[in-house]
Amino acid sequence: MEVQAKLRILADAAKYDASCASSGSKRERPAGGVGNTTGIGICHSYTPDGRCVSLLKLLLTNYCIYDCTYCVNRISSDTPRARFTPQEVVSLTIEFYKRNYIEGLFLSSGIIQNVDYTMEQLIEVARTLREEHGFGGYIHLKVAPGASEELIAEAGKWADRLSANIELPQQADLDKLAPAKTHAEIEDTMTDIRTGILTAKDKTTRAGRRPQFAPAGQSTQMIVGATEAPDAAILTKASTLYKGYQLRRVYYSAFSPIPHADPRLPLQSAPLVRENRLYQADWLLRFYGFQVQELTTPESPNLPLDKDPKLAWALRHRAFFPVDVNQASQAALLRVPGLGVRNVQRILRIRRYHTLRLEDLRRLKVPVERAKFFVITADHHPAGLEWESRKVEKKVKPASEQLLLFDAAQSATNGEL
Amino acid sequence: MRVVRVEGFEDWRREARALLAAEVRPEQVSFQPSEASQDSLFEEDGPSAAMGETQTARITVPRGFLDLAETVALHREERRWDLLYRVLWRVNHSERHLLAVDVDEDVRELLLMEKAVRRDIHKMHAFVRFRKVADEEGERYVAWHRPDHRIVFAVGPWFARRFGAMRWSILTPDGSVHWDTRELTHGPPVTQSEAPQGDDMEELWRSYYASIFNPARVKVKAMKAEMPVRHWATLPEADIIPQLLQQASQREVQMRETQKTSAAPFVPGDHRLEVLAPAVQRCQGCELYQFATQAVFGEGARQALVMFVGEQPGDVEDVKGRPFVGPAGKVLDEALAEAGIDRREVYVTNAVKHFKFEERGKRRIHKTPRGVEVAACKPWLEAEMDAVQPKLIVALGATAAVSLMGRDFRITRDRGVFFPHPRAEALLATVHPSYLLRLPDPQQKAEEYVKFVEDLRLVAERVRELGVAR
Repeated sequence: MEVQAKLRILADAAKYDASCASSGSKRERPAGGVGNTTGIGICHSYTPDGRCVSLLKLLLTNYCIYDCTYCVNRISSDTPRARFTPQEVVSLTIEFYKRNYIEGLFLSSGIIQNVDYTMEQLIEVARTLREEHGFGGYIHLKVAPGASEELIAEAGKWADRLSANIELPQQADLDKLAPAKTHAEIEDTMTDIRTGILTAKDKTTRAGRRPQFAPAGQSTQMIVGATEAPDAAILTKASTLYKGYQLRRVYYSAFSPIPHADPRLPLQSAPLVRENRLYQADWLLRFYGFQVQELTTPESPNLPLDKDPKLAWALRHRAFFPVDVNQASQAALLRVPGLGVRNVQRILRIRRYHTLRLEDLRRLKVPVERAKFFVITADHHPAGLEWESRKVEKKVKPASEQLLLFDAAQSATNGEL
Repeated sequence: MRVVRVEGFEDWRREARALLAAEVRPEQVSFQPSEASQDSLFEEDGPSAAMGETQTARITVPRGFLDLAETVALHREERRWDLLYRVLWRVNHSERHLLAVDVDEDVRELLLMEKAVRRDIHKMHAFVRFRKVADEEGERYVAWHRPDHRIVFAVGPWFARRFGAMRWSILTPDGSVHWDTRELTHGPPVTQSEAPQGDDMEELWRSYYASIFNPARVKVKAMKAEMPVRHWATLPEADIIPQLLQQASQREVQMRETQKTSAAPFVPGDHRLEVLAPAVQRCQGCELYQFATQAVFGEGARQALVMFVGEQPGDVEDVKGRPFVGPAGKVLDEALAEAGIDRREVYVTNAVKHFKFEERGKRRIHKTPRGVEVAACKPWLEAEMDAVQPKLIVALGATAAVSLMGRDFRITRDRGVFFPHPRAEALLATVHPSYLLRLPDPQQKAEEYVKFVEDLRLVAERVRELGVAR
C-alpha cells in the first residue's frame, strides 16, 4: 500500500483522539538537528470543523486485537486497515516538520500481537526521530495500558507527553463496552508514568542536570455519552485523576456514532454542548477554585445544557452576590459569571490605582449585560433588582445561538468563563 | 507643531528621550516616518531633538514598557509613535502607575496594538510554509508570507532556532530573511510571483488535512477566525477547503444512512438457532427484504466444527428458502465430497440473508450486495457464529471474506491460508463456487476447480486434527 493511502486510513483513525496540544514542553534544538519546543503550542492550521492542527496525529496501525465496542478500530469492525512502518512515520514527521506544517507528532496505535510489542513499535519511532534525526519537535506517545514499566520509562525518555486513556468514567462502563480493559490496569500505567516524571524531577535537584522524562506531563481521554454515566461521575473521576496522577489535562470526547458501529451503542451522538459544558466544568475545577460537589446537585447529577456551570452555580447561590469588584477577594471574583481568570488578574491590578466602573468592565470585554447582575462597581449596584424573579435567570443567559458558537473545540483550549 | 522623523524603534527611543528631557508636551510633537517626503508647508521640520542632547534628566521608564514599546513599534499604524510618546509622557508626569491601568484609553490602545502584533508573530510562526528547492549549494527551504505588521526581521531568530540545520529564506513584501545555518541576513522585499511554486510533500499534507477533518462538525466561522482568509493564498491545504465543505454535507448524510442500516434491532437476544431462524423472516435491517421472496437462514449441524459462509442466496435458494441448493450448491457438494467433508456435518450460511438481483426480462440476475448491506446483515452472521461456535470458518468468495476479515482482505492474495479470527480458531478463505460456474474456458474451469478442492482439503485436514484434539 502506498504511503498516501496509509496516511488517509491512519490519520482518519486517529482523529477520535481529542488531544492536539503541543504546549508545556521546553526542548532546545539538538545540534545539527531540526526542531525545538518553546512551551507555547502552535496551531499550524485549522480544518473546516474549526479544530486546530498542531501535531501530525497518526495511528501506527489500526489493526487491533481488542474489541472495544465504541472504537472504530475494534477487531470485529470491517473498517479498512493499514500499518505504517516506523520508518514511514519518521520520514513523514521530518518532512512535514521541515516545511513548518506541524509542531511534532502524536502517535498512537491499535494493539498488535500484545501490549509490549505495540509499545516497542511506538518507542522505535520516537527513538529514531530523536537519535537518528536530531529531532527536537514535540512528541506525544500514547501508552497502551498494561505496558511494562521498562517500556514506559523508555517512552518517557523520548516523548514530551505520554497519555493512557481512561476511556470511560466508570468500571461498570468498561465492563459493558470494553471488557478487555480495567481502570485498575489503566491507572497502574498512569502511576508508572507519574513515577517516571517525579523521579526525573528528583534527579534534577540532586545532580543538577535533568534527565528528560515526558516534560509536558501526562494526559488522558474520556468518552462521554456512550453510557449512562452522569456528569457528576465523569467530573469526580476527572478530579480524582488530576489529583492522583498529576495529569495536565483530561480530554472529553463526545461519543459520536462511528462507522460500522456495534449495536450496543447509542445511535445518537452525545450533544456537543455537553462536551463543551464538561470542559467548562473542568476549567472551573482547575483554575477557579470550584469543588466537584459544587458543580452538580444530587437531584440533577448532569450539568445543565442551557447555561454554563458557573452561571448555574451562581443562580443556585444568589446570596453570594453581588460581589464588589473594587473590594472582593480573588476567590470571590473568580465566581462571578462573566469574569475569567485573566480579567480577574487585571481587575486586581487596576483597582490599586483606579476605581472600576461598569464602563471599565466593558473595556475589559467583560460581558457586562450578564455580569452586571452579580457585581457592584463604583457606579452600579444591582441590589434593586428582584433577585428571586425568574426574569433574572432569563436575562443572564446568553442567547442559545451564542452558546453553540462557543464550541467545544475552543473550550478545550480556552476555558474562560 | 514639531515633526520628528523616525525609522524604527531605536530612532523613536532616542528622540523620545530627548523630547522628554526638553519637556516637549505630546501635543507639540508629531512622529512621522522618515520616508514620507511631502512635508507640510506650514510645519517646520524640526531638527532631531536628540542632537546636541545634554545629559537627559531623570526619566521614568516603567518595567515592561520597553518590551511593550518594542512590540508596538512593529505595528503598521503610524500613530503608534505619538501614542507611545504620550504614554511615556504621562508616566513621567504624575501618572507613574499608568501602565497598570489597562482601562485607560491610551493604555488600552497600546495593549490592543501589542496584542495585534503578537498575534501576527504567532500566526507567522504558524503559517509560514516552506517549499524545498535546489540551488548550487544543495537544498534550500523557501517561504513567502504576507504578515499584517512589520514583523519579518523580528521573527527571524525564532525560525533560526527551530530550523537551524536547514538553509532557508522567508520572503515578504516588507523584506526577507535568510539563514545559511550560521548567520541571519536581511534582504529586500519580494513579491509573491517571485516565490517558488509547489513542493512534492504538499499532496501528502493535503491528504492528511482532508483525513483529519470531521465532516459531522462544520464550523467555518471558527476556522476563519483563527486562520484568516487573507493567509489562505500561501497555505497549500487551503486549496481543498471548498471541496471538503462541499463533500461534508454529502458525507454526513451517508454516514447517517450507514448508521441506520442495520439488522441489529431485529436480532433476538437469544442466539439459539431455533430462535434466530424464524426471526430472520421479519428482518428489515436494509432494503433488500422488500424484493426477495424470503430470507434464507443458515442450516446444518448444530455444533458443527466448520462453518461455511457464502455471499447471499441465489435465485433457487430464494425460492426454496435454503442455502446452497442451486447450481453453486451442487458444485460445493461435489467439491466437499471430493475433499472428504460430509456436508451434513458442517453448517452452511451466507453473509447476506436476502437475495439481491436485477430483473432482466423474466430472469432475475444476481447482483453483488453493497458494503452497507453486508455490514447491515453482519449481526445475523455474528449471532449464528455465537450459536454454532465453529472451530473453523470458511469464507467462500470476497463478500464473505470482507464481511469476516475486513475490507483489505483479498481472496486472490490470501486464499488457502489459515488466519486467526475472534470467533473461531482459524478462518480460511477460498473462491465462491459460483465463480467456477462463470468461467467460460473449460480448461481454466477445471484448473480452478482443482484449486478449490485443494483449499477444502486443507480444511478437512485441519478438521481431523481438531477432531483428534477434541
